[in-house]
Amino acid sequence: MASKYSNITIHGYRRENGRVGVRNHVIILPVDDISNAACEAVANNVKGTMAIPHAYGRLQFGEDLDVHFRTIIGTGANPNVAAVVVIGIEPGWTKRIADGIRATGKPVAEFSIEQKGDFETIRAASWAAKDFVHHATEMQREECSINELWVSTKCGESDTTTGLGSCPTVGNMYDKLLPEGITGFFGETSEITGAEHICKERAINAEVGERWYKMWKAYQDDVIFAHQTDDLSDSQPTKGNIEGGLTTIEEKALGNLEKIGRTSRYIDILEPAEAPNSGKGLYFMDSSSAAAECVTLMAAGGAVIHTFPTGQGNVVGNPIVPVIKITANPRTVRTMSEHVDVDVSGILRREQTIDEAGDALIEMIRRTANGRNTAAEALGHREFSMTKLYRSA
Amino acid sequence: MAEIPHLLVHDHADNVGVVVVEGLTANTDMLCCVTHDNSTFRLTSGADVPIGHKIALKDLKAGDTAMKYGEDIGKIIADIPKGAHVHTHNCKTKRW
Repeated sequence: MASKYSNITIHGYRRENGRVGVRNHVIILPVDDISNAACEAVANNVKGTMAIPHAYGRLQFGEDLDVHFRTIIGTGANPNVAAVVVIGIEPGWTKRIADGIRATGKPVAEFSIEQKGDFETIRAASWAAKDFVHHATEMQREECSINELWVSTKCGESDTTTGLGSCPTVGNMYDKLLPEGITGFFGETSEITGAEHICKERAINAEVGERWYKMWKAYQDDVIFAHQTDDLSDSQPTKGNIEGGLTTIEEKALGNLEKIGRTSRYIDILEPAEAPNSGKGLYFMDSSSAAAECVTLMAAGGAVIHTFPTGQGNVVGNPIVPVIKITANPRTVRTMSEHVDVDVSGILRREQTIDEAGDALIEMIRRTANGRNTAAEALGHREFSMTKLYRSA
Repeated sequence: MAEIPHLLVHDHADNVGVVVVEGLTANTDMLCCVTHDNSTFRLTSGADVPIGHKIALKDLKAGDTAMKYGEDIGKIIADIPKGAHVHTHNCKTKRW
């Protein structure tokens, strides 16, 4: 059914695989931690490229290694990325990652350091990076429907105002745009605790709800109860949450879940960094509740814009995905306005309705998709944090 | 709403509300608004309570359940008079 949101268009980059990106990055992507220096040297040589250093990639195994590969490949495959130079210490895993990204059809070049050293690797990779910059900078934005966007959400430094204002704003956006055909992501497995009975009911059907509950329960049993040393009240809610007035995990979870609105239902569950494969709709990604880890995983899953409600003022960004900050807390607007993209503090004063706030967020998504840099982009926030499931070998 | 509310309450079933103004002091005649239907009532604050923190809408006893969003958000662990500050000193999760 046509609505006033049906005809919204954005100007994005149509990639080789048909997906639409809203940024046009050429990235220099390390396979592992010890290739960071070479990647940073290439990015320094060739302007208009960006290295994405990270902490892991050696001696991981099993499911933990799978998450690593999915995260790195997904980052390169993201439609906000035009082309990728991959550098690793040895050729095997380097090729595995390069081939994973190559499946999208975008230009990828791979280099490994052993038997060559940093100098020779940097020299060869710099030539490839320069070619990619010429290629990317000739690409043109084209008109696309807003329904081609994949939009993720995760909140941070939550307080009681997030449940009153900024999370329902995101929920209102999803209630309006999911029916238009966007793809959405939410997650934060640990932070659903206290509202799991409600989240289970928000699945598209009982089968998906049961699978969701099993995933959530496994997290409780395998992570929380296996590692807890005492009362978790010091970690969940966090000190920042408590300062902001949140008292219990149940209260935090109920506010968090406001992000999926009133009518939206999730259609499937994703592993960390997994790309949606069940068609358009809302997905729950099993993910950390730590801001940078969660945004990194959702970006690797293919989200091109992230909506980030905050109460006390989380400052997180991401190297490849614009992170739109929304806050309803007037003190945060007053003290940290350089981090705020959408001020919905009018909700608390009853000067703005949730419906109006949702429309304001949709407008900011449109502008951001068209190229407006977010506060986090302008301030250089490029947090890229790998999720680590257990100790390396 | 001409007057800006001091306290917002999610649901009529709730027994706590959230302070949404900075610098709230004790003995303020608060305008309270239930966001579910924008209905209003008045309540006197019993303490200086920071923005974002909760206030009891009625007398609560140790062992009671704190209600917000119309849902259980934890247990009351000390008696709390109507209008007083509700936080980690007198309310605790039932989960851990």
